[in-house]
Formats: sequence, C-alpha cells, structure tokens
Amino acid sequence: MKKVGKFNVLQHELVAEHHVVPKKDEDKVLSEIGIARDLLPKISRSDPAIKALEEIHGPLESGTIIKIIRKSPTMGYSVYYRAISSEVFK
Amino acid sequence: MTGGISKRIYRIQFALLSPEEIRKMSQVKVITADTYDDDGYPIERGLMDLHMGVIEPGLKCATCGGKVDECPGHFGNIELAMPVVHVGFIKEIKTLLDSTCKSCGRIKLTEDEVKSYSEKFSQYSFSSSDPEIIGLMSKKVTDEASTRMVCPHCGAQQIKIILDKPTTFREEGIKVTPKEIRERLERIPDDDLQFFGLNHEVARPEWMVLTVLPVPPINVRPSITLETGERSEDDLTHKLVDIIRISQRLRESRDNGSPQLIIEDLWDLLQFHVTTYFDNQTAGIPPARHRSGRALKTLVQRLKGKEGRFRSNLSGKRVNFSARTVISPEPFLSINEVGVPEKAARELTVPVTVNIFNIDHVREVVARGPEPRDEFGKYLAGVNYIIRPDGRRIKLTAQNAEENAKRVEPGWIVERQLTEGDIVLFNRQPSLHRMSMMGHTVRILSGQTFRFNLAVCTPYNADFDGDEMNLHIVQKEEARAEARIIMKVQEQIMSPRFGGPIIGGIHDHITAMFLLTHGNPLFPEAQTVHMLSYLKLNRMPPVEVVGGKKFYRGRDIFSLILPEGLNLKFPSKLCSSAKEKCDFEIEPIDKDVYIINGKMTHGTIDEAAVGSFSGEIIDKIFRKYGSEEAAQFIDRMTRLGVAFISGRGFSTGINDYDIPESAIARIEEISQQAIDRTDKLVETYRAGQLQPAPGRSVEDTLEIEILSTTGSVRDESGKIASAFLGLSNPSVIMARSGARAKMLNISEVAGMVGQQSVRGGRLNRGYYGRTLPHFKTEDIGAMARGFVKSSYKEGLNPLEYFMHSIGGREGLVDIAVRTSRSGYMQRRLINAFEDLKVDDSLRVQDTVGAVIQFKYGEDGVDPTRSDKGETVDVDYLAFDLENEEVQ
Repeated sequence: MKKVGKFNVLQHELVAEHHVVPKKDEDKVLSEIGIARDLLPKISRSDPAIKALEEIHGPLESGTIIKIIRKSPTMGYSVYYRAISSEVFK
Repeated sequence: MTGGISKRIYRIQFALLSPEEIRKMSQVKVITADTYDDDGYPIERGLMDLHMGVIEPGLKCATCGGKVDECPGHFGNIELAMPVVHVGFIKEIKTLLDSTCKSCGRIKLTEDEVKSYSEKFSQYSFSSSDPEIIGLMSKKVTDEASTRMVCPHCGAQQIKIILDKPTTFREEGIKVTPKEIRERLERIPDDDLQFFGLNHEVARPEWMVLTVLPVPPINVRPSITLETGERSEDDLTHKLVDIIRISQRLRESRDNGSPQLIIEDLWDLLQFHVTTYFDNQTAGIPPARHRSGRALKTLVQRLKGKEGRFRSNLSGKRVNFSARTVISPEPFLSINEVGVPEKAARELTVPVTVNIFNIDHVREVVARGPEPRDEFGKYLAGVNYIIRPDGRRIKLTAQNAEENAKRVEPGWIVERQLTEGDIVLFNRQPSLHRMSMMGHTVRILSGQTFRFNLAVCTPYNADFDGDEMNLHIVQKEEARAEARIIMKVQEQIMSPRFGGPIIGGIHDHITAMFLLTHGNPLFPEAQTVHMLSYLKLNRMPPVEVVGGKKFYRGRDIFSLILPEGLNLKFPSKLCSSAKEKCDFEIEPIDKDVYIINGKMTHGTIDEAAVGSFSGEIIDKIFRKYGSEEAAQFIDRMTRLGVAFISGRGFSTGINDYDIPESAIARIEEISQQAIDRTDKLVETYRAGQLQPAPGRSVEDTLEIEILSTTGSVRDESGKIASAFLGLSNPSVIMARSGARAKMLNISEVAGMVGQQSVRGGRLNRGYYGRTLPHFKTEDIGAMARGFVKSSYKEGLNPLEYFMHSIGGREGLVDIAVRTSRSGYMQRRLINAFEDLKVDDSLRVQDTVGAVIQFKYGEDGVDPTRSDKGETVDVDYLAFDLENEEVQ
C-alpha cells in the first residue's frame, strides 16, 4: 500500500502522535470528555496527518475522531481530540 | 435601560433598496437645495424639511409629531434627473455586464450548462447557506460566461466592456451611459440571477444604478449653530446640496434641449457628486473638499477605519468617571496606592445607595456640601449630586446642602466624591498586558499629577518624562470587589508572562540594597536610626560595639524587612558568573545570598534578589506568604532604599571613567593591532590565499574573521579599562548590581566603542564600493567599514561619528517598525481571543461552546503561579523544609 520512499509525516519527531479513535469507542470518548461531536475542534481532511492515517486505515469519513497525543514539558504528554471536518480548510 | 426586552432580532437580511422602496420610506421629496430661510426656519421640501426630523428644541417633527429627543428621524428622497451608478456596486455591475448578453440579457451559458449549474445552485438557499460557498460557485460560473464572445441564446456578437475606474464603462472606447447600463441590467431575467448569487426577490441588479437617492434623517446630519449665530451644516448636507443643484441643472438642460456635450458634462458631474457622497476616498477621483480645503467626511468615511463608527464608537467608547493627567513619582506611597490630585477627586464620584445602616453617615457627608475641608484645611469628600428614586438629579451647592441632607432617605443615591481608600483602576496605554490596568487605593494629594510608587513603573512601562495615565472610578459593589480581589497591584506582582515577579526594585532601590549589603558594612547608630525612621518598624537590628560606639551591620538592617521564617539560597547577580569563589566578595560563601529564618547572613542583595523581572526574594515571599506580605516587602524595601541612598548620596560623572595613561596607551596599541590584523586578512584575501571556513564563501569567511578580530579587541579593551574601575566606582556599582547599564556600556565610555554594524554585518552601504568618499573604492579595511577605535570619553572623530550614527539609526528604525507591526498583531490576537472563556473544568470554549483547548494551556497550569514556567521548584521546597526543621 505504502509507496516506497514516501515520507510519513507521523514519523517525524516534531509531529504529535495521531490516532484514529475506532468507531465503537467514539461514544465512550465523547461522553468521557463530555462534549458533542460538532463542538470538537476540527481537522482538515487535507491535513498531512490525516492523509498519512488514510494510508494505514483507508479512507476516513468526516466526523471521525482523531486522538492527538502531544509532548508537554510540564505534563509529560497531553491528549487532544479533533473531528475530521467535512470541509477542506484553506 | 431598565425593563424587559422590547424587541428581539430574529434574522437579518441583506438586500438592495429598490427605487419604489426608497420612495415608500421617504416622508418628503426634497426638491430645493436650500436649508433654512432668513428667519432660520427650515424651508419646506428643502434638505432640512421638518418631515425628516427635528434637531432644534421647540419644533415638532412634521411626520411623527415627536419633539427633539422623541423623534428618531425619517428619510426623504431626491429624484435624480438622470440615473447614475452606485460606486459600492461597481464590481458587481462589471461581472453582470461581462457575463450576460448585451442584447437579450441572458447569462452567456448554453441551455445544458444552465440546467446543470442551476441544479448545483438550488442546493444552497440564500437564507441558510454559507455566502462564501455561493460566492465561490458564482465566481466560477461567471468567469466561464464572461469569456463567451457570442451569445449562446440569441447569437449576438459581444463587445468587451472595459471599466474605466472608478465609474465609467466603455465599449471599444465609447462610453456606455448609466442609462444604457440600467437597461441592460433590467433585461437580465430573474432565473439567471441565481448564478450571480443574487436573490431576485430582494436584489434586482438594475437597482445598483440609482434613479432616486434616499436622504438620511436630519438626526444623522445635524447642523450646528456657532457662537456667532452662524449655521454650519454637516458634510453630508453639503454633499446633498451639490447633488440637488446638479440634478436640477441637468434636468433643465435636458428639458430645454441643450447640446449633448453640456448634458454629458453635467451628467458626469452628477456621477462625481453621488460617488463622493458615498465614498470620498474613491481611487481615481479627487476627493470633494470643504471651502477650507478639508476633505469631506462622507458615508464610507463615517464607518471605516480606526476613527470610524465601528472601532471608535461601537468597539470602544468614551467613559464617565475617569480622569487623565501627567504622572510623577512618590516613593512614600505603597505600591497599592495612587496619589490623586484634589481637583480630580472633587470631580470623580462613587454612587452610594442610602440604606438604614449608612443613612446617618450619608446625611453628614451630604450636609458638608460640594467642597468640604476639615478644620486644618485638609480635603474631605463631599457630594456633587444626589439622585432621587425617581431618577431626578439634584445638584448639591453650599447653599442647599443642609436642607438636602435632611431630605435624603433610604433608596436615594448619593454621588460621593473620591476619598482615601476608594478602589480605582489605573491604566497606561498601550495596554499590552493585563498589568497595564491595575487596581489602586486612593490617596488624595495636593498638586496636579497622579503619583505612584516607583516599583510600579515596570508593569505600566511608565517613566516621568511627561507620560500621562488614566484613572477610572469603579461604580458597582461587584466591580469594586473584583478590583480589590483580582486587579489590585499586589495581586499582579507575578507576571503570567514568565511566572516571576514583574514588580520589584528599580535603579536606585537596587543600588541602595547593594551598597547596604555588599561586604556587610557597619553603619553608625545615628545613620541607622535615620534610615529606620522611614519604616514603620518597632525593632532594631543587633548592635555591634566598636571603639565604644554603637554600630549596625547592613545585612542585619536588611533582615529587618524580611518576613520571619524565610529560607532562601540563591546566587547574587554580582557573582552569577563565578564558579567557586567570586572575585567581588571576600569570602567564597558570599557568592550566594543566604537567608535563614528571615535573617540574611551572606551575600549581596542586588537585581537578582529584589529587581523587577528577576527578584528571587520577592518571588519566594509571594509564594510562601502571599501577596499581602510581598507587597509589604516591596514597600519597605523601596522605602529603605530611598532612605539609605538619599542619606548617603550617590552620583556618577565623567571622571569616574578615568583610567591611567598606560591603560589608554595599551588600548591604543591593541586597537592598532586589530586594524593591522584586519589589513593583513584583507591582503591574504586579495592574494587569494584565504582558506574558506567549511560551508562558507571566501568573502563570508573574511567578514567573519574581521568581525571576530574587532569584536575581541573591544572585549579586550573593556577588560583593560574595567581592571582600573573597581566596585568603588558608582558606574560599576550600577552595572554590576544590575541597577542600570551593562559593563559593556562602561567599556564603551572608558575603553573603545568598537565595530558598528547594520543587520549583523559591517557597514557597507552608501557610495559605490565604499561608505564615504573619504575612502578608496573597495577599501574593506577596518576604518572604512565602521570600526570606531575611540572611546565616548575621548570623543569620536567625524568619520567615526558618521559610522556610529549609521549603527544607531538601525536601532531606531527597528523600534519604529516593531511597534507598528506588533500593534497590529496584538489587535488580531485580541479579536481572535475575544469571548473565549475558561470554565471550572479548565476547558477553554468559545460562546458557541466549541472547544479550543480541553485543558487550559493543555496542562492546566496557571503561568502566573508557575515557577518560571515549571510547575514546582522541588529543590527550593527541600531547602526550605530542611531549614525549617533545623529551627
């Protein structure tokens, strides 16, 4: 599937970890953070990280929740969620 | 102001005004260009017709019968003799003309295209879809249509229309009249309008060409009467007068069959006036001017930009209960206080609602009248107005004070003048961070200026070279509580920018603390008592008897103002570069400041201990004992500093920079060596023998080599000079303690100024291949490229002076560019962050509820309470605990 020699942004040390939240866990995550899906921060479907994830998981539909784990000097790591937007941001 | 909501906005629709609608909403058809008759009465059917509202007291609106403040104003209309285009819609008109057929009016798309595109467009309704998407789709379709040169419907050949800015359209050089434009727009069928993003029900394109002009109500363009009795009309009225005049002349000329040329000229003139009536800064036409030569402020100018309605009147407003004056220092005030001049205090009031508990006191204050003083002539707060429950204001005078005091009942509001202890907000622009506006308690002082403690200069970024500041009197209990609890200066000691104190000692405070503690000197009893008389303490430091006389140690005096139980160890600024033993201290242990249980035993107090931005002691007191204690420490420290240094005296002068002849000769020698070395480098380079550094060109290598040569010679000369300038030198004291300036500045005065630079490189601009005509072209030696070998004290020769000025200008330009750019960036940031809030679970959300951050800052740490950005300083906690256990 993966084109040989193609650079995977997710492997770069400056790019935070991006994970697709499985469909069955989505409701659990949403109730855990206590927020409606449409109020989640968005991520463009043209985002390089989404493109990289689609290489692994196949096409992702809009509304899919992405879990982002960032390094933090104070917390060790911090968790952030984004939903894939139906629009493409410019 | 009071009561429920009478109207609620359900939706807003943007549309074009049709001529019928303009006529329908018009109360009067204006036909006369005059305003008032000789008696000063509005002329009927003139621009000030009473049907359009009233601005003079005594008259009644002819439309609604309302008096001055009751009538909201009503529109009128002007029938234009000939149609003119509306400047605001020029772009839209251009696209419409470009994409439609000139003869049949259809959009230049084939039937198939129309079908497929209209399917796409019908998915988006005008009322609920994103206008941006419709705009993008429309752009695509119209671009396609406008390229067709033959109409797919009627087969007519199309001619390219060129827009001759701002308002003239031409076809092959021949003008298309607005009348013709309007006719073409009329021909466009309703069904084709969706492709332009127009809703034909509310926006027919021909309405973009004006045949009738609405006249705004008089309330929008009030005339003002000058003292001389002369009337001065609003700019809009002036413009409308012009429009009516030209329209009339045009109508007459047309009706009596004047030559086409004259009619066209008048028509153009009418177009000019209508255009400038809307926007007087339209590119391509000269702005219409007042008789005095000032450009008129017409409709667009009223709304646009910093001075426009939005930024000046809606986003920001002028306020009551505020004062502004020059600021000056007052070291005897606490950091929490602000000195307010009596004159201002008499004008500024706090509303006090009368109730059964305060009525006796309020009656007493009211009885004093508006300008009371006590028996010694000292300021007492009086009352300016009392407000009855029905909202009537009674102005208090010395005559009616007694009488009104009796009439005051619970429920009345008394506007009491400012008094000591009131909480007020104090602000200096530019308000770049939250510490730019802090809560202070009032002290009434004589004089004309606002005054405050010098430690508060830092957060406001204020100095006293003529700065002015604003004062706001908080009007509600809730606001006063917030001001006291979260805005007060002592609560703002810690900066959210770097998690350390932003308020602390400056300049003389630091010098004083340094002199007081460095080397732990002895002070005679008289001097000590005098110093301590500035502080409200009832303790004396431990005595030391030398030769039968009582003496006190500097560090012991300083320890008096430290809170009990404070444990601290940190390197002083003086010894920050020392590893084992510090060159400036006798004992190695004095490298660090030791404070055990509130007693300072070792080290030197300087910028690192009490300075703003760094003050370690302030930081730790704030964390361990809270804001109150930290504020008290700063108050006492600044007072002690002033007490000490004003008794001892402290000054510097040019002879502080005297160094021995031998040192001057040595500096001369090494600077000559540097020049020679530079010449040699240049020679090597010219001979092509210079080895380039890895990854660099030969030229770059040469520059780097020269820069490091001239750089090291400056350092070297600084070292030579400062070897003769010890810690007894006032300038060195200031530099080493961190009070002001750096050692670099001292070596510039005593040693040499050194290499000047622009953008990090040697000076190279000016003439072709040289900076000044005094040098040969392509001279890249030291002096030709801005090396200054003189010192400030010795003086710069003209060439050096010129080079130095080039370097100096870069700094000035930098600052000018930075401030304007950061100002605009600040504005954009603030607009983006507006209305975000952090809730109890530390989630950051906007007003819709959309999440920005799941946890504030992604770690939930308040940077204000963080330790220089870190969550906790474990080493310090251990040190503190260790020393607490010892006691």
